[in-house]
Amino acid sequence: MEIPYTVSTRPDTGLWNAKIGIWLFLASEVMLFGGLFSAYIFLRIDAAPGMWPHGLLNVPVGAGNTAILIISSVTVVLAWASLKMRRYRAYWWYMLVTISCGVIFLTVKLAYEWPQKFEHFGVYIKPGALGKYEKYLGNERRAEKGMEPRIEITGHLHSQTAKEYEVALDPVNADPDNPAMDRPHFLPLAVTDKIATIEKADVERATMFLPTHSAYFASYFTITGLHGLHVLGGVLVFIYMWLPVSKKLYQRNPEHLANRVEVSGLFWHFVDLIWIFVFPLFYLL
Amino acid sequence: MDASTSVETHHDPHAHAPEHEHHELGFWRKYIFSTDHKVIGIQYGLCGLAFLFFGFCLMMLMRWQLAYPGQALPVIGKWLPHIFGAGSMPDGKMTPDFYNSLGAMHGTIMIFAGVVPLAFAAFGNFVVPLQIGAPDMTFPKVNAASFWAFAVGGLIMLISFFVPGGAAKSGWTSYTPLAAVADTGPGHNPVFNGQTLWLIGFIFLITSSLLGAINFITTIIQLRAKGLTWMRLPFFVWAQFVTAFLLVLAFPPLEAAIIMQLMDRVAHTSFFLPTGLVVNGVPMSISGGGSPLLWQHLFWFLGHPEVYVLILPAFGIVAEVLANNSRKPLWGYKSLVFSVLVIGFLSFIVWAHHMWLTGMGSTVSAFFQTTTLLISIPSVIILSAFFISLWGGSIRFTVPMLFTTAFLPMFGIGGLTGIPLAFNSADLYLHDTYYVIAHFHYIVAPGTIFGLFAGVYYWFPKATGRKMNDFWGKVHFWPTLICMNVIFLPMFLQGMAGMHRRWYDGGQGWNVANEHTIWGLTGFQWNTPISWAAWIMGLAQIPFIINFFWSIRHGEKVNDNPWEATTLEWTAPSPPPHGNFLTPPVAYRGPYEYSLPGRERDFTMQNEPVEPAERARRKAPAELVPA
Repeated sequence: MEIPYTVSTRPDTGLWNAKIGIWLFLASEVMLFGGLFSAYIFLRIDAAPGMWPHGLLNVPVGAGNTAILIISSVTVVLAWASLKMRRYRAYWWYMLVTISCGVIFLTVKLAYEWPQKFEHFGVYIKPGALGKYEKYLGNERRAEKGMEPRIEITGHLHSQTAKEYEVALDPVNADPDNPAMDRPHFLPLAVTDKIATIEKADVERATMFLPTHSAYFASYFTITGLHGLHVLGGVLVFIYMWLPVSKKLYQRNPEHLANRVEVSGLFWHFVDLIWIFVFPLFYLL
Repeated sequence: MDASTSVETHHDPHAHAPEHEHHELGFWRKYIFSTDHKVIGIQYGLCGLAFLFFGFCLMMLMRWQLAYPGQALPVIGKWLPHIFGAGSMPDGKMTPDFYNSLGAMHGTIMIFAGVVPLAFAAFGNFVVPLQIGAPDMTFPKVNAASFWAFAVGGLIMLISFFVPGGAAKSGWTSYTPLAAVADTGPGHNPVFNGQTLWLIGFIFLITSSLLGAINFITTIIQLRAKGLTWMRLPFFVWAQFVTAFLLVLAFPPLEAAIIMQLMDRVAHTSFFLPTGLVVNGVPMSISGGGSPLLWQHLFWFLGHPEVYVLILPAFGIVAEVLANNSRKPLWGYKSLVFSVLVIGFLSFIVWAHHMWLTGMGSTVSAFFQTTTLLISIPSVIILSAFFISLWGGSIRFTVPMLFTTAFLPMFGIGGLTGIPLAFNSADLYLHDTYYVIAHFHYIVAPGTIFGLFAGVYYWFPKATGRKMNDFWGKVHFWPTLICMNVIFLPMFLQGMAGMHRRWYDGGQGWNVANEHTIWGLTGFQWNTPISWAAWIMGLAQIPFIINFFWSIRHGEKVNDNPWEATTLEWTAPSPPPHGNFLTPPVAYRGPYEYSLPGRERDFTMQNEPVEPAERARRKAPAELVPA
């Protein structure tokens, strides 16, 4: 038994089945990420002063990854167009580029960006002890300027004893009164060699930059993690369509393969679009 | 290969069709891992019915504790600890934790493993492709994946009873921060604990519903038979169509919320945990900054459309059975269709009426109060149209029709008692009392579940070629109807007296449950007749269960259209073969052409062509046509 309209279009709707299916699936995906982004908005609005960090992510790397995803969105369209023109060789190459872009994106995310965060360290100072660390926080000047106070000292954990943390400071804490540090820095700055000693008795919480660090990193890791899973899913589907097994489908019914590439391409564009939201929300704003 | 050859390689997709037909599948592929929509529908149906009964058993256990708090449960109380662990019912006496588990899992299993799979997935799968004259669903493999995701999700929910600490116990709504910290700490596995398994099971159940819903919508859009235009669709198909949209759009935000609660529990984030949270007298070591209210918003963003997911398929079944057994066209078909569409739309903007006690602010409350009252308009239109459909009909009280006629007033009670809850000033008092329990159970128990029973009795002959026994159907119906009312009607009174829905001792230790008498019994004392009615209703399901399984092999053999119905599923053989129809059906008319003037039979099926004489008569104004 054959299901009608898997390849050809139904005359009165003008569509084949999978095209409706994928758009419905994307609608549900919009609602899924919509839920997560609305959580981001909720948490950010509710965040106590100083509790929503800025400038902790690597903007050039994020921008590079954005470019990679956009390129892959172009190549997947070219792959589809090549199939429509029955140029399998070109299709094969465009698909390879698309797959590579997906793999590069995931590698950058998982092998570079996330581990970098996992190595970073932050201590939240108890409200009563903030004055003691004024030289790292610069809150007097910030209060004069009407800016939110800083309550966290960040950097790399140099060493710790039973009573103290020694932290190699981030530039923002090494030179807190520098006006250049007022705004979230756009370019990542290396950790300085200035080391601060912080007594554990003064520390509210101390943690690496993990999901437990703050509502900010919780939503960052959850959303980018889920987005990463989507990228992985897309890459796996593309690999299947690129392997010789799909050439057989092409020889039998090229339009069917073109339709498959079209719906998975739609999914891929959606994954790209999600990233277009993730990038400014977490990296820039 | 270049563009110039593309014309030659573009061939007819149906060219290879014959060689795929007529190959025999083995037992496993045919009945277990099937991609046939009818088999999947029946799989869903059997699992859904089993889960409904299991969820009801959980409640029957709770009713013991409510009626006889602290007393040992006779007979079965002795062996329950061997099943659910020593912490559940030591010496037959229920512990508070076990009571909470039963309550949370009753709601979860009834709704997400019982009614949705049965009402939406089972009836939708079995009936919708037949009613629209399709050979199968558009994506048969996705359909099978949907069922297996459901099976895994349901299994995880069941397994969660047997992990240390027992199943989830923070209510079926799993409100945070309680749910996010429940079942954590010493003695609990970080993953294999009740609440975490609840979340993981839920992800599978959501996946299942999403796959199913996408499939349904695509099938209804793409695979309608020739001539079956949108306004010729049976109302059941419309109801399932809107339900599927609700699932596609409302479930994902809950999935997002569940992922976040899972992160809170497993990765120790603070999405739903506020700053300064103290648990058991110890400040929690968390980042804080989360919002417990966020969970409620995301939960009820699903939760309210979900209510309509539960009721719309029942509306659909009721419409089919009603028109068939009153031998009259459904009154106001177009109004019904537009009402169901309006309900679908409005159901997305009423969710916060579940949250009036959270202090959202009066502006937000005013908005949601308005939308909530608006949504009652299409609901009333639908119910009114059903009642008017009975008017002047020659009603046959078959078993499905009994359940359907009972549905109408029962749903009416459920709907009308919801209006005080829609006003936030009244709800502040009634919130979380037994009044709320009674209200929504009137919607989903004698409402939805009666609709589902009607559907089971109605389409059973199509699935098996045999009818269920009429007498035992009536033995099933009458006690069920009476017990339903004995159970839920007093709960309105208990609730108005102020009894809280989550009291573990049924109110024994609370003045408010003991001081006021209602018709001679205090609120607490009313628990006893309610519980007995619940247990008797449990017994009343036995005739149904026996009738169901007995009739599969031994029921009265019937023809393809035993109810003399009009819609396309009755033109297929019973049971329909793989591919459903012997010839692709064509629809020439609307779905409810009962008692057409000038016809020998009192029903005219959708695939009967319109003859010239009838065409001429139909074009003429009604008053000019001689009877």
